[in-house]
Parts: sequence; C-alpha cells; structure tokens
Amino acid sequence: MPDIALTGPRGPKPKKRFSRGNIILYGTLIMVSMYYLLPLYVMVVTSLKGMPEIRLGNVFGPPLEVTFQPWVKAWSEACTGLDCTGLSKGFWNSVQILIPSVVLSIAIASVNGYALSHWKFKGSEVFFTILILGAFIPYQTMLYPIVIMLREIGLMGDLWGLVLVHTVFGMPILTLLFRNYFASIPEELFKAARVDGAGFWRIYFQIMLPMALPIFVVAIILQVTGIWNDFLFGVIYTKPATYPMTVQLNNIVNSVQGVKEYNVNMAATLLTGLVPLVIYFASGKLFVRGIAAGAVKG
Amino acid sequence: MSVVEDAAHSSAKGAKRPIRLFRNPMAKIASIPMILTAMVVFVGGTLWTVVHSFTGSRLLPKLNWVGLDQYERLWETPRWLISISNLALYGICSMILTLFIGFFLAALLDRKIRFESAFRTIFLYPFALSFVVTGLAWQWILNPDFGMQSLVQSWGWESFQFDPLNNPDIVMFGLLIAGIWQGSGLIMCIMLAGLRGIDEDIWKAARVDGIGTVKTYVRIVIPMMRPVFITSLVLIASGIIKLYDLVVAQTNGGPGISSEVPAKYVINYMFQAQNLGQGFAASTMMLCSVIIILIPWAYLEFGGRKNA
Repeated sequence: MPDIALTGPRGPKPKKRFSRGNIILYGTLIMVSMYYLLPLYVMVVTSLKGMPEIRLGNVFGPPLEVTFQPWVKAWSEACTGLDCTGLSKGFWNSVQILIPSVVLSIAIASVNGYALSHWKFKGSEVFFTILILGAFIPYQTMLYPIVIMLREIGLMGDLWGLVLVHTVFGMPILTLLFRNYFASIPEELFKAARVDGAGFWRIYFQIMLPMALPIFVVAIILQVTGIWNDFLFGVIYTKPATYPMTVQLNNIVNSVQGVKEYNVNMAATLLTGLVPLVIYFASGKLFVRGIAAGAVKG
Repeated sequence: MSVVEDAAHSSAKGAKRPIRLFRNPMAKIASIPMILTAMVVFVGGTLWTVVHSFTGSRLLPKLNWVGLDQYERLWETPRWLISISNLALYGICSMILTLFIGFFLAALLDRKIRFESAFRTIFLYPFALSFVVTGLAWQWILNPDFGMQSLVQSWGWESFQFDPLNNPDIVMFGLLIAGIWQGSGLIMCIMLAGLRGIDEDIWKAARVDGIGTVKTYVRIVIPMMRPVFITSLVLIASGIIKLYDLVVAQTNGGPGISSEVPAKYVINYMFQAQNLGQGFAASTMMLCSVIIILIPWAYLEFGGRKNA
C-alpha cells in the first residue's frame, strides 16, 4: 500500500451551498423567472380587482378587495359589438371545433404514418417530402385557394370547414411524428403478422395501435394546444356565430365601443389561456416531448 | 452460392407480379388524404396563388393578366415597405435575443442546479399560451396609463418613458418583448437537449486543461452545438414570417400603420380591402422569402451531409 495518502474521499470537493457563484446563479434564475411569471401574475391580480381599484394605478399590487365579478362578466356578459353573451359562446365553439379536429387529424395522420413506415409504395416518399416541405410554406399563400375549396364543398363558414383546415395543416407534423414512431417498431413483428395472414387494417388496429399509445398522447397534447390557440384559421374560415374562443376574445378586448374594463378583459384572457395551461401543467414531460417533436420538423 | 442467388433472382423476375398500381391497395387508399393535402392544398394552392398574383383580381379571382403590375404597386405602397422593415427589425432582434436567451437559460439550467424542473416549467409555460393571449397580456402591462410606465413614474421617477404601444418609433420593441416572452422557452428546451447531448468527458478535459467555464462554452460547446443552433434558427425564422396574431391582438398594426407586418398586409388586402391581386402578390413575396431562408438551410443540412 504505497498510496495510503490517496485513500481520502474521491470526486470533486463538495461545493458550499452559499458560494458566490451559486448566489449569482440562483439570483439570475430567479430574476429571469420573474420576467416569465410577471404577465401571469398581473393578469390574475387584475382580474380579481374592481375597476375603481385599477384606476388608482399600481398594476402589480395584489387586490385590496377580491372580486370574482370580472370572471362572471367575462364568461357570460362581455360584449362583442351588440352581442353580449360573453366568452362562453366562443368556448363552446372552440370545444366543438377541437374535438372533431383532434380525432380526425390524429386518425388520418396515424394511418398515414403507418402506411409510410411499413407499406411504402412507389411515390410514397415523394408525397411525404412534399407534405413536410409544405409545412414551411406561409399559410398566407394557401388561404384563398382553401376558401374556394371550402365554398365548393359548401363548408365555408361552417365549423366542419375549420375542422377540415385543422386536419390538413396538422398533417405534416403529425404524419412525421407517427411515421418515425412506427418505423422504430421492429420489422419482424410486422412480417410475422403478415405471415399469419393479417392485412393492412388488422395489423394497424391489433399491433400498431396498442403499441403506439404514448405517441398518441403526445399527438393529442400537440393538437389540443395548437388548435385551441389558433387564431388565423378561425378568423378567416368561420363567421361571427361560429368564432372560436381566441377570435372572440380578441373582439371583446379590442372592441372600440364602450368603456374599457381591464379586469373583465384580463379575466377573459385568462379563461382563454386556461385550457392549454391546464394541459401544460398536467402533462409535464409529455408536453416537452410533443413540442420537441413539433420543433424538429425537417 | 452464386447459383442459388441467381436462381432466386431469376425466379423473382419470372414470377408474375400483379400490376403495380393495385399492389397493397389499402395502403394507397389510406394515403389518399395525405396525397390530396400535399398535391391539392400545398402544391396546388400555392401555385394557384402565385399564378393569380399576375392578375388584376379584385373582389373575385379572375385571369385578366396584368404582368408584374401588382408587384410594382406592392413595392410602391408605403404600408408594405413599413411591413417589410418592421419584420426585418423584429426578425433580426428576435433571432439574436431568442438564441442568446435560450442558450443562456439552458446553460444556467445545465449547471446541475436544484429545482431545475421548476425553473424549466416557468420558462416554458408561455409557449403553451396563444399569441392572442400573449399580446393581450402585454398590451395591459405596457398600457401607458395604468401599466408599467405609470407604476415606475409613481415610484418617483417622473420622467420615465416607456410607452411602446403609443410610440410609433418603439412599438416593435413592445411586440418583441411579448414575442420573446412567448417563444424563448421553446428554444431553451431545444438548447438544453443539445447541451445534455454533449459528452461529460469534454467538460472534464477542458477542466484538466484549465480552460474556464465561459471559454469552454464559447470555444468548445457552442461550435459542437452547430446543428442545434441551425434547427433553432430555422424554427425562429419560420415563426417570424408567420407573425400575425400577436400584432393583431397587441397593437392591431397601430399606432397608425407603424407596426404592420406582411402577414397582416396579405390578409387585410384579401379579406377586407377586396384587392385579391395585391394580397396574392404580397403572399408570393412571403413565399419567396421563405424559399430564400430554406435553400441555404437545406443545403447545409442535406448537401453538407453528402460531402462529409
């Protein structure tokens, strides 16, 4: 034992908890966190104040008197033009758009992805490449042709027209997501099923679908937040009676008539943001996976 | 061996194959939605718009050719020029700041800190919110009468001025603050994934060589993360061109036309001013700018890989 002096604890020296570096590190993180949290905080406190208190100033101060009146008003009484039925109408429109859009887009994209990974045919890769490149085309170049197409099939201004638009524009990313996932399922499994005489749909429903449940959850998160947050398609392809929540929110807050009620506006804004926020906080890591999949488009 | 192979080869050749078009028909039927989307909506729609940008369509699309008139008119319209310069200003600032903030936050989170997931949740939550919500929230915070400006003034700094929503000169920075707040969390996430992908041994080697932390980041880690930076840049750039909802919600192009952007120009001309030709020409210009961004990226991504 020549190296008896070296038998002390190995690894780096434990850091002191309150070293100068740590204080700077955590200090910076906390400062930055405040910038990110500030708008949410301001929205919440503003929505709980009465208008007289807001006129006193101090946008950051907590409410002296908590009132839920602005929330009630935003939900059921806020006006867009002459129509004073509140955001609830937009909320239900959004729900009616959301559910079929999510189901339809995921159903179609998952089958597409499955066909592209295990049932390649001549030209399938070409169509797929065009689909992915299409995701980079600015929507503005396709807006008007879609208006014409929807008019031709009689769905312009209809909720189902918007569902169709969401299905089309969700397709590139969802197809990519599913294609990559199904491609990672071993070929042998697929071949064994083929030998046993299973066909296209049977393999999809009995083998692929049960194995792909996690990726379905990711796709659902991606689509629910994306469709709920959409503004552009909502404003163009629907009419006032079928406006989704984001469009109605913008009309309520930015309406030029009447006195501006900031507390009601902030309550309405929070109500609209609530659905994606709940999904975000509930889903945690899966949300990150979804956006990471959505991010790496090419 | 070669005999067997040959035999197999010739038998495969000799066997009667079903006609190509009807092989695995289900896969083809199932792919019809994808093919229609790609060919009819994406390719067809884009070509349709480009073709009609050379016409004098007004209320309804018509094929009365006017050559490049729409483009000439477009580049003479002050509102379009303002839109373009606004987008350039917003784009450059947003790219630099988002990349910087995204990397900086990811690097901080990568220092083996406590409560990492709590911080990450805070930085990323704005990304779950829509641009409309983002725009309206910041519209309120930047409200000159009740928002941040009046608050700082009430603290005693009477001459404090920060009213981007009323001041045409700095209105784009008001949008920028909101846009970065919404989007930087995503870039942080991508950067963090990139940093986690870097081998721990590189850090050890740098430490052994006595290279400081900052220098290691600048000289070693950032060059290694080149693909991550390129992905982030493409993401930010494609988001910038789409900039529309945020402007509509936060400023609606105001004050005056000082915060107009191209996407808004297109939609206003198509659906409100009933001047379809102008809208088509402007959207074709947007398409061109995307192509200009995409080609170098595709070249770097795919052309470079072939050479390597």
